[in-house]
Amino acid sequence: MTGNISRRSFIKGGLAACAVAASGIPASAAGADKDKQLATLLDIGKCIGCGACVEACSEINAEKYPEPKKPFPRMYPDRAKPEDWSDKKDVNDRLTPYNWLYIQSADVTVNGEQKTITIPRRCMHCVNPPCVKLCPWGSAKQLENGISRIDPDLCLGGAKCRDVCPWEIPQRQTGTGLYLDILPAFAGNGVMYKCDRCYNRISEGKPPACIEVCPENVQEIGPRNEIIKKALALAKETNGYIYGENENGGTNTIYVSPVSFEELNKAIKTGKGKPHLKAVSDSMGKANNLLAALAIAPIAGIAAAVGTLYKNSRRENEVKRDAPKE
Amino acid sequence: MHQKNNVRYLYLVTVFFITLSGFGQMPIFKRYYIADIPGLGWLARFYVTHYMHYICAALLIGFSAYIITGYVMAGRKKSELTVTGYLRGALIAGLIATGILLVIRNFEGYMFSHNFIIFLDLSHLALVMLFLLTSLYCLIFKKKWSRDSNQ
Ligand code: SF4
Ligand code: SF4
Ligand code: SF4
Repeated sequence: MTGNISRRSFIKGGLAACAVAASGIPASAAGADKDKQLATLLDIGKCIGCGACVEACSEINAEKYPEPKKPFPRMYPDRAKPEDWSDKKDVNDRLTPYNWLYIQSADVTVNGEQKTITIPRRCMHCVNPPCVKLCPWGSAKQLENGISRIDPDLCLGGAKCRDVCPWEIPQRQTGTGLYLDILPAFAGNGVMYKCDRCYNRISEGKPPACIEVCPENVQEIGPRNEIIKKALALAKETNGYIYGENENGGTNTIYVSPVSFEELNKAIKTGKGKPHLKAVSDSMGKANNLLAALAIAPIAGIAAAVGTLYKNSRRENEVKRDAPKE
Repeated sequence: MHQKNNVRYLYLVTVFFITLSGFGQMPIFKRYYIADIPGLGWLARFYVTHYMHYICAALLIGFSAYIITGYVMAGRKKSELTVTGYLRGALIAGLIATGILLVIRNFEGYMFSHNFIIFLDLSHLALVMLFLLTSLYCLIFKKKWSRDSNQ
């Protein structure tokens, strides 16, 4: 099922990309891109917090987890501190390099009734992910189906992706990766890890592990436009709230909740490795809005040069004309 | 003459800030305490340096267009580029070309292959290192951009 959907969206996306390439405009301008991205819908009203998804994620992705070499190379200056989770692989109440999904809980009142809402949290897979776009080495990648993943063979562990991610999702493990082969004392600090939406399973036509094992069918995956439609319908039907549709310019993780996210955000524990549920503006949008300035710049430069030359030549002509009179 | 100097200083200021904000794209200013220097905290704020890099890029492109147009329209009679002038010009052209492609990459969408993005990132960095080395050489050996000109 998922395979069919994603294959269909690949073909559709491919055609859209060809049309965009032929017309010479960025995909975003043509609005084609969001259609070929895969998104997940999480009906958190259904989640019972059993943690089966968290376990499945760890099991399926264990082979991707880091095996750091110890002792870690000394790093200079002292400010560069190692981050080591290799002895705390079982921590499951936050995101770590060994735990890419965890269950957040919020004690809230729904229709006058005290309730604990459980929320599976992991990377949101932003439509235009700053972790990918702002990685200085191209180590973080976005796949054609919208999945963002960090390449463990290329990441140097500088953690810029965590700093620019509105939810600070990627987590660092020191003592592993490419930096060990370059200048471990002076640059890099390991590899960053986060949910990769089981990209390898998706490419085989299988659903992500966390979706497959959930006894309550909390999550589903499909082309973004279809998922958004379903989320809107579900929110309308249940009088619910939506998170992720427009956050950070739009993400590929859409939560639908019976309680407002403002309220949930107040009730959950946030901090390092524990992402918030606040409203988030489009991180990449601010600089991207400067496109007009970049496009006008050469025209303005040429106009200014022509203007200056014209003024100068007029002045020269005037000087020439006035000269005989002196 | 007066105006020429103004353009020159603005150009130098732009090159300084575009280089600084460019290096700010790498996570180094905080690690090496540079962002701790009073007044330089912004160097460790990635969205600030990113925004600033774009604004400086617009200025640099504008100045480049201004200078190239002036050079072409005045003809070679007035001034001619030196070898180091051509080299620096070519490096700036390379920086602008890879920079424009990176700006396009930053829009929503999957447009370039992963390897091409890595190539863009690394070549943009290599070009600026070459530009800085060339500029240092020109500063030490007093090489000008063009003959018969003050630039
Ligand atoms: S497996 Fe399903 S019900 Fe259980 S915690 Fe995960 S999302 Fe919630
Ligand atoms: S949530 Fe953070 S880590 Fe995930 S894609 Fe968005 S920016 Fe990247
Ligand atoms: S999609 Fe895969 S990697 Fe991501 S949280 Fe689910 S099981 Fe883990």
